[in-house]
Amino acid sequence: MTTTTRIERHHYDVVVIGAGGAGLRAAIEARLAGKKTAIISKSLFGKAHTVMAEGGAAAAMGNVNSRDNWQVHFRDTMRGGKFLNNFRMAELHAKESPQRIWELETYGALFDRTKDGKISQRNFGGHEYPRLAHVGDRTGLELIRTLQQKIVSLQQEDKREFGSYDARIKVFSETTITELLLDGDRVAGAFGYYRESGEFVLFEAPAVVLATGGVGRSYKVTSNSWEYTGDGHALALRAGATLINMEFLQFHPTGMVWPPSVKGILVTESVRGDGGVLKNSEGKRFMFDYVPDVFRKQYAETEEEADRWYTDPDNNRRPPELLPRDEVARAINSEVKAGRGSPAGGVFLDIASRRSADEIRRRLPSMYHQFKELADVDITAEPMEVGPTCHYVMGGVEVDPDSGAAFGHVRGLFAAGEVSGGMHGSNRLGGNSLSDLLVFGKRAGGHAASYADGLPARPKVAVDAVEAAVETALAPLQRDTGESPYTLQQDLQAVMGDLVGIIRREGELTDALGRLAELRERVAKVSAAGGRRYNPGWHLALDLRNMLVVSECTAKAALERQESRGGHTREDYPAMEPKWRQVNLVCALDGDTVRLTRKPLPKMRPELIGLFDRAELAKYLTDEELADFDALVPDAGEADNR
Amino acid sequence: MSAKRQFRIWRGDETGGDLQDYMVEVNEGEVVLDVIHRLQATDAPDLACRWNCKAGKCGSCSMEINGKPRLGCMTRMSTFGDEETVTVTPLRTFPVIRDLVTDVSFNYEKARETPAFAPPADVAPGDYRMQQVDVERSQEFRKCIECFLCQTVCHVIRDHDENKQAFSGPRYFIRAAELDMHPLDARTDRKEYAQAEQGLGFCNITKCCTEVCPEHIKITDNGIIPMKERVVDRRYDPLVWLGSKIFRRGETPQTSVTTARQGSATPPSTSRGGVHSHAGGSHDPQAEAQAQSGVNWHREVPHPTAPAVDDRGRLPLTELTFDRAAAPSPFGDDVAFPLPPEHLNFAHPEQDKH
Ligand SMILES: Cc1cc2nc3c(=O)[nH]c(=O)nc-3n(C[C@H](O)[C@H](O)[C@H](O)COP(=O)(O)OP(=O)(O)OC[C@H]3O[C@@H](n4cnc5c(N)ncnc54)[C@H](O)[C@@H]3O)c2cc1C
Ligand code: SF4
Ligand code: SF4
Ligand code: FES
Repeated sequence: MTTTTRIERHHYDVVVIGAGGAGLRAAIEARLAGKKTAIISKSLFGKAHTVMAEGGAAAAMGNVNSRDNWQVHFRDTMRGGKFLNNFRMAELHAKESPQRIWELETYGALFDRTKDGKISQRNFGGHEYPRLAHVGDRTGLELIRTLQQKIVSLQQEDKREFGSYDARIKVFSETTITELLLDGDRVAGAFGYYRESGEFVLFEAPAVVLATGGVGRSYKVTSNSWEYTGDGHALALRAGATLINMEFLQFHPTGMVWPPSVKGILVTESVRGDGGVLKNSEGKRFMFDYVPDVFRKQYAETEEEADRWYTDPDNNRRPPELLPRDEVARAINSEVKAGRGSPAGGVFLDIASRRSADEIRRRLPSMYHQFKELADVDITAEPMEVGPTCHYVMGGVEVDPDSGAAFGHVRGLFAAGEVSGGMHGSNRLGGNSLSDLLVFGKRAGGHAASYADGLPARPKVAVDAVEAAVETALAPLQRDTGESPYTLQQDLQAVMGDLVGIIRREGELTDALGRLAELRERVAKVSAAGGRRYNPGWHLALDLRNMLVVSECTAKAALERQESRGGHTREDYPAMEPKWRQVNLVCALDGDTVRLTRKPLPKMRPELIGLFDRAELAKYLTDEELADFDALVPDAGEADNR
Repeated sequence: MSAKRQFRIWRGDETGGDLQDYMVEVNEGEVVLDVIHRLQATDAPDLACRWNCKAGKCGSCSMEINGKPRLGCMTRMSTFGDEETVTVTPLRTFPVIRDLVTDVSFNYEKARETPAFAPPADVAPGDYRMQQVDVERSQEFRKCIECFLCQTVCHVIRDHDENKQAFSGPRYFIRAAELDMHPLDARTDRKEYAQAEQGLGFCNITKCCTEVCPEHIKITDNGIIPMKERVVDRRYDPLVWLGSKIFRRGETPQTSVTTARQGSATPPSTSRGGVHSHAGGSHDPQAEAQAQSGVNWHREVPHPTAPAVDDRGRLPLTELTFDRAAAPSPFGDDVAFPLPPEHLNFAHPEQDKH
C-alpha cells in the first residue's frame, strides 16, 4: 500500500497513448469534444515516428488528375492489400482522407502546390493517379508539426478561457506506459513511468486511445526507431483485446544497405516515382521479369514504354519499379539470392544516370542531403545500394471500423494508426498510412470522448493492480544475475530477422517459436544496471516483454497461414489461395500464451464489390464468392472500363 | 575495418559529473551515435542519450561534439582524425538531466507562447489557394526539425540564464517569420510580436544559429533580418531612425529603433558586452568563477578571449555597421574546429544558478 500512495496520479477523461499523427489527431478530436485529454509519448513532443514519413499522404482530391475519386482510391487500397483489408475501413479512409488533408491547411500546413494553387499530388507505388499530398520529401514532418501546432493553439484558447495552457489538454512527453489498468472489463487507467526521473505515474481515465505505432525493433534491419517495440499491441493483448493480421509485415524494398551504420534507413519511393530504376550487378533493369499476372495489365512491358510514362501517364503503362512494395521487395530478394546483388548485399537504385543533377537536387532534396551527409554518397553522381528493410506492420489491434473501439473483452479501449489492424489488409500502399492516421485518429478520439460521456460512473483503479505494475516495472533493476537487455534484444532480432523474415518456411517458423519460448524465459530474468533516472538499459528491459509477445503473434500467425499474400511470403506455399482470403487470424492472450483463432472476413457490400471488374476479382475470390458476385452484379463483365 | 578509438563523454546529472574516458570500437562508415549505441550495449548500459530516427529527421540526438553543437546521427566518424579523441557533452544552454540528456522544456514553453496560425475567416477548408513561390519562403522554416542546436548556440542565452525569460531564440523567430510570410495567415502583427514579446532585439545577427542548423535554414538572412528590417519599415519614424544612426557603433543597441515597447527585457548593451566567444571562455567574470569551481574536467579553464572589438576598440554590434557581411564565429574568430578537449569549458548549469 505504501508504494501506491506515493505515486503521482492524474485524472483525465481521455488518455491518448502516442503522440504521432494518429495520437495527436485523436487528442485534438477529444479536446474539441470538450474532454479533458492527456497525450503520452515515449519521446519528446514532435519526435514520434510520423516525423520520418517522407513520400506523402494519399487522398483522392483529384487536384492533379480530375478522374481520381474515392472509388478509385478504395479500389487501389483493396488491390494493394490483396483484398484482405477490412473493406469498411478502406471505404471510410478513401472517402474521408481529402477532408482530413484540407483540414490540415486550416491548422497552418503548407503543402506543395499545383499551378492553379491547389495542393499538389504525386505518383506513388500502387496508386492509379497522382494522389499523394506532399511537402518535398518531408511530409511526415509537416503533418506532425501541424498537429503539434494545432494542439498549441487549442492550449492557447484554454489559457485565455481558463488561465492555464494545460487546462484541457496536456502533453506528457518522455513518459512510457507499461500497463493498462482495468475495472472488470472496463478500462480504468494507464500506468507508466517518467523516463527522466524514473518516477511512476498513474493516469485514471475511463477511455484510452492507443496510437503507439509499430513493432519494427524486433528486426535487425529496420527503418524503425527504438520506440517501435510493439507496446500498444502488447498492452491491448494484456487488457483482453485481440490482434489481427500479425503475420503481415511490410518490408520496404529500398532501405540503405551501405554504409553499415545506416543500414535500414529508407530511400523514399519517390526516387522511383521520379525516374529512378533498379538494376542488378549485371546492370540489368530486372523488375520487368517480376510483374505478377494480377498486375500485368497496368504495367509496362518494355523500357521504352516505361520511360514514356513519366511524361505521358495517360497513354502509357507505368514502369514495374512502381509495383507494390511487397513485389519489389521480393524481386530484390530473389536477385540477391541468385547472386546478382551489389557488394553490400542489395541491388542498385540508379537515378544519377537518368535525371540531371539539378533536377535530382530539386525534386529529392532531403534524399540528396541524407545520402551526402550520412554516407558521403552523391546520388546525382552514383547509384545507391538498397535492399529490403522492415518498415511497417499491417497487423494490429482488431477494431470496430467506424469507432476504432477494440474488439475482444475490453471496453473503453480504442486504437488508431499503425497499432490498429485491418485497414491495410495484407499490404499497405505507400502514403495510405499518413491519411489513415488522420481519418481513424479523428474517429477514435471522437468515439472515445462519447464513450466517456455515456458512462454512468467512472471505473476505478484497483490498488493491487497498481502494486503489481510497480513490481513488474522495478524487477529488472532489482535483479543483478540476469542477462543484459541489449544481448537479449540482439538475440530476438536475430531470431525474427533470420527465421520470420521476408521469405518464410515451415521448419524455420517452428524453430523460431521454440527459440522465442527460450527467450521468454531469459527475458523474464533480465537485469538492468544503473538507477531509475533516464536509464535506457532499464527502459529496454521493460520493452522486451512487449517485443517478445508481439513476435510470438507474428511467428504463430505466419506458421498458420499456408499461402503467400502481401507482406507474408511462404516459400513452401508460394501461391495466393482464395480460401485463405476469407480468413483473418486473430491473436489473443490466454494467461501467458498467445492463442490463435480463425475468423471470417466481413463481406463487402454489393455497391463496393461492384466497383471491381470480374476478371480482377477472379484472381482473389473463391468460386462460390464469384457465383455470389455474378448474382449481385449481373453486368459486371462490362464494368471493365470504369 | 574497425579500430579502437578514444571517446570522452560527460557523465553525470544535475548534481555534477565529469568527462569519462572510453576506448570503443569504431567501424567504417559509422556516425557518433553508432558509437554511443555500442557503448550502451557494452561498457555503459545506462548511458543516457536521446535519439529516434538516426537519419537527421527528428532532431532528438543533439549534443556537443568537440565543443560544437551537432546531431550525433549526422556526424560521421570519418570527419575526425584517426588518433583524435572525440569529446561529447550535453547541450550547454539547457539544464542537464543525465549524461547527454538535457531538459529542453524551455523551447516547448516558448513554442506555446508564440501565437498560432490564424486561419482566414472566409476561406473554407479545401478552398485554400496559394502559389508555390509564395509558400516556399515559409516552407524553408517549416523544415525545422526542432533539434534546438540554434537555441543552444545562441550567445544571448548560452551563458545567460537571466535572458531566457525575455528571449525566445532563433527557432521561434523563424516560427514568427514563417507565419508572417504565410500567404493566408490572418494576423498582421507577427513582426511586432517578435520584437515586443520574443526579444528579437536581443539578437545581434551573429549568425551562429545559421551556422549550426542541420537543415541549413538561413535563420538569420531569410528569417531574422527581414523581420527586423520590416519592423523598422512599419514603424518608420525619422527621428528615431536618425538617432540610431548618429550613435556610434556599439553604443546603441540597434533595437532602439523600435523600443516603443520593450517589456521587461533589457537589450544587450555594451555594459554587458554581448560578445560571442563561447569556446574561449566566458566574458562574464561571475560565470568564469562558476566555471572554475565547476565540474572537474582535469584541466585549467582557459583565459577568456578578448571581445571581438574593431580597431577603435568598439563592438561591431549591428549588421548595419559591422565590418563584415557574415557573422563572426560563435566561438570567437580565433578558434578552429574541432576544439581540443582541454579548451572546452562546459559548466554545469546548476553552477550557473549561484
Ligand atoms: C522511414 C519511414 C518512412 C515512412 N514514409 C511514409 C510515407 O511516405 N507515407 C505514409 O503514409 N507512411 C509512411 N510511413 C509510415 C508512417 O510514418 C507510420 O506508419 C505512421 O507515422 C505511424 O503513426 P502513428 O501515429 O501510428 O504512430 P507514431 O508516429 O509512430 O507514434 C507512436 C507514438 O506512440 C508513443 N508510444 C509508443 N509506445 C508508448 C508507450 N508504451 N507509452 C507511451 N507512449 C508510447 C511514441 O512515443 C510515439 O509518440 C513511413 C514510416 C517510416 C519508418
Ligand atoms: S544571429 Fe546570433 S544572436 Fe541572433 S539568434 Fe542567431 S545566434 Fe542568436
Ligand atoms: S532552426 Fe535549424 S538548428 Fe534551429 S531547431 Fe530548427 S533545425 Fe534545429
Ligand atoms: S536521431 Fe533523429 S536527428 Fe539524430
